Amino acid sequence: MFKKTLTAVAVAAVAVVSGFNSAAAEEEKILNIYNWSDYIDPEIIPMFEKETGIKVVYDVFDSNEVLDAKILSGKTGYDIVAPGLDFMARQQKAGVYLQLDKSKLPNLANIDPVQLSFVAKLDPDNAHGIPYFVGTAGIAYNKKMIEERLGKDFDMKTWDVIFKPEILSKLKDCGVAVLNAPTEVIPTALNYLGLDPNSTNLDDYKKAEELLLKMRPNVTYFHSSQNINDLANGDICITLGWSGDVLQAADRAEEAQNGVEIEYLVPREGALMFYDMFAIPKDADHVENAYKFMNFIMRPDIAAKNSSYVSYDNANKAAVPMVIEKVRNNPNIYIPEEQLKKMWVPEVHPRKINKEMTKIWNRVKAS
Amino acid sequence: MQNKTYKINRRQKKLSGWHKYAVIALPYLWMSLFFFVPFLIILKISFAESIDDSVPPYTSLISFNSEDLKLNFSAYLGNYAAIFDDSTYLYSYLKSIKIAFISTLLCLLIGYPMAWAIASSKSSLRNALLMLVIMPSWTSFLIRIYAWMGILKPEGYLNSLLQWLNIIDEPLQLLHTDLAVYIGIVYAYLPFMILPLYTAIVRVDYTIIEAGYDLGCRPAKCFFKLFVPQTYSGIIAGSMLVFIPAVGEYIIPELLGGPGANLIGRTIWDEYFMTRDWPLAAALATIMLLILVVPIVLFYKTQRKEITQGAK
Repeated sequence: MFKKTLTAVAVAAVAVVSGFNSAAAEEEKILNIYNWSDYIDPEIIPMFEKETGIKVVYDVFDSNEVLDAKILSGKTGYDIVAPGLDFMARQQKAGVYLQLDKSKLPNLANIDPVQLSFVAKLDPDNAHGIPYFVGTAGIAYNKKMIEERLGKDFDMKTWDVIFKPEILSKLKDCGVAVLNAPTEVIPTALNYLGLDPNSTNLDDYKKAEELLLKMRPNVTYFHSSQNINDLANGDICITLGWSGDVLQAADRAEEAQNGVEIEYLVPREGALMFYDMFAIPKDADHVENAYKFMNFIMRPDIAAKNSSYVSYDNANKAAVPMVIEKVRNNPNIYIPEEQLKKMWVPEVHPRKINKEMTKIWNRVKAS
Repeated sequence: MQNKTYKINRRQKKLSGWHKYAVIALPYLWMSLFFFVPFLIILKISFAESIDDSVPPYTSLISFNSEDLKLNFSAYLGNYAAIFDDSTYLYSYLKSIKIAFISTLLCLLIGYPMAWAIASSKSSLRNALLMLVIMPSWTSFLIRIYAWMGILKPEGYLNSLLQWLNIIDEPLQLLHTDLAVYIGIVYAYLPFMILPLYTAIVRVDYTIIEAGYDLGCRPAKCFFKLFVPQTYSGIIAGSMLVFIPAVGEYIIPELLGGPGANLIGRTIWDEYFMTRDWPLAAALATIMLLILVVPIVLFYKTQRKEITQGAK
């Protein structure tokens, strides 16, 4: 451990020193990555370093908004960043990302063309980013606590559980958490009402607000990261959550043997599907190294190893057979084709809609 | 050293000119560099218009037209108009001020007796007690607030203790309530109240109080008329050190607070990160500063008058 820390410090020191003479012709063997926390198999970075001799400086963030603010303030010092697809598309409007030279990414051929076409809706021609992971925002719950309150055979694979007050009120006493993320919860409500989750019609949002106001009295709190720990500890019994987060928490609960059994479901009415992308900022200092890493992460064996660890689909078709069975055969991670039609990808909203969502959200929380 | 100061004072009297300014220039320079310049930057952004397709995401106030060599200056007032248009912002300010005010009172009520006790303890014990007040801030602020989450949650230590003592049957919902926010703020800012109070109380001139007793003053009246006025400076300093950061507090309500209305810290966060409207966020911050500065300056001036009058 100490040795690792020492290397990290040394790497950081080298990074700082080398920052001053970045004009050198040959690209220095450094790569600065800014990725989500808990979002990579920890063995992958050392493997890449060993193969290429490039030292990786790996930093993490935990919300798209934080990355957004950094990117929009100017030079970040990172060579690869991992924005959500809708955020990347919005940031690209200001032209912050490098147009990818696909001849340097031969492993892009491994990525599922269907998924690439989904992504291309927001990033035309997949010109600025490669999909890193695909996830969903569904319902996570404590199996035992729910069975005690709703009965053993209750059908949980539906948003009714969250949006029908007569059902949710029965779960109030064991704790209900909702993501503190208007851009994910409000579209989910729109979708439940049979409206376009990416609607630009303000009337639709009124209806969503009414639905959320009815949900509100039964919600214990709104938070986007605490909910997973609380679910694993048994402090709450149901929450909206991101697939990989929940499944990692389920693994941890199993390891801790605290008697908590966590389930994750993608409701049949459909749910939000998000792509987290890898993109290179225009002002990156180590572009060549960034290409090398992007290509490395799309290699089937590496992609499969990564997915097996973090429990997310990686959109890499060639990697699927190598992903561990528990992840590969879970229909809530690798979404079957039938369900895929019901899923939706968040789009870039006009400012008017973003503002309306924030306002609705504040009213809902304050009510 | 003392000699030198004396010399400067002498010269001041003689020259009464630039020497005085040279001496006070340093704190002014400090203030302008670390307070005034950042504030001007915020103020500048608050008069810009937010746009999507640029880095940074707002317009610049000054633009230069190279064809006719005109320098254009434009300030946008829409951000301020939007704030006064929408009652959620007003509500957010009011709630923040309410929570900061009550927390400051609680800090004063708890901190005053503690500071007094420390000031009147044996001098050998005094340093140890002061150390105990400061010591918690040696660990990370964030970790201490996380610790409170462990204490206050339904299966937490406090609920377990109360249940074990048979005071309650069911665990109380403490975490994610306003009560938890008060506990967090009072806990975190109490040292900032105690230290200035201690400095003031330790300097209290007890001969005045003895004189009061000799003249037949009752203890309670004596305390409020003779003791407390001597510590006004500490009360003001402590209250400001608690009130000002508490108004803009972000972490504590975020971790301990409930699902109610946003405090102003979170509202600014929302505008900055969620709707990505940096100018509006800057305008909100500017108004918050004005809300804080005006009453504080007034309060400070009246109190200073009272102190100088009291001294006479």
